[in-house]
Amino acid sequence: MEERRLDGNAVAGMLSRVLAVDATTVVGTCAGCGAREAVGETLVYADGPGVVLRCPGCEGVVMRFAEIRGRLVADMRGMATMTF
Amino acid sequence: MADWLQAEVREVVPETPSAATLRLAVPGWRGHTAGQHLDVRLTAEDGYTAQRSYSIASAPEDGDPAITVERLDDGEVSPYLVDEAQPGDHLEVRGPVGGWFVWLASRGGPLLLVAGGSGIVPLMAMLRHRANVRSDAPARLLLSARRPRDVIYAPELPTVGAEIVHTYTREAPPGWTGYARRVDRAMLEEVAFAPAERPWVFVCGATAFVESVAEDLVALGHHASRIRTERFGATGG
Repeated sequence: MEERRLDGNAVAGMLSRVLAVDATTVVGTCAGCGAREAVGETLVYADGPGVVLRCPGCEGVVMRFAEIRGRLVADMRGMATMTF
Repeated sequence: MADWLQAEVREVVPETPSAATLRLAVPGWRGHTAGQHLDVRLTAEDGYTAQRSYSIASAPEDGDPAITVERLDDGEVSPYLVDEAQPGDHLEVRGPVGGWFVWLASRGGPLLLVAGGSGIVPLMAMLRHRANVRSDAPARLLLSARRPRDVIYAPELPTVGAEIVHTYTREAPPGWTGYARRVDRAMLEEVAFAPAERPWVFVCGATAFVESVAEDLVALGHHASRIRTERFGATGG
């Protein structure tokens, strides 16, 4: 499990497709525990069918991404706010 | 919106038995910051594609990017890049990407870099940048490698103008009196700048290495907001 874990730096390329700014410096507030962390600091699991970003504080899911038929689908329910 | 760029391999430089540097020519490259990476995409004749991220090894002042790739024996991409790629080969790159794990000389120091194995690559870009712009920020690199022949950039390290501290985890050179164990809290306490000096700290390597080093640094009193980490993981390649 542990060696599967990456960090938010690993999703910078994927998110550069859809964001006008670098994703890793975006600061998010975890909807679960309220921690404020840069996306670059999140814990990332990228070896499943989708990509899951977890809060480094509480390990709750903050963002999920999946590429479906060439389109990127984002679920950001776990991120209360994002500061760009 | 970042698009894929066509890149040509200009030069392949073997670094260790399992790692090589690829100097690329990338028309349209818009420059990078030390610590960033790029994504490489290879496409087979049947249309199958494979994509990986690699840290940029070259300094921003060097122009087009160079990447250093460590071969993972069961990998899909790294064996090609390390063993088979030749000048004139084409591949696609996207980047530079990442703005979190970066250091610019204008941020000042001190700069503490902690690398496990090929985790040295983005940290070397920082040291090369620091040397190119003649930054006076004190810099120290703690480098953990299995054995001397696994040290990437070994000939260049003594010339880069930083304090370099090696530790060897499997096999040290004959007569070695330096560290010969995994990086631990006691070693970090001896090597790191004092927390009161508020160093910028960059840690890069395999996931377990990065997490244990970051945890030890926080326990030693370094502020988490000054510690930036990049995990390589153990899959893919």
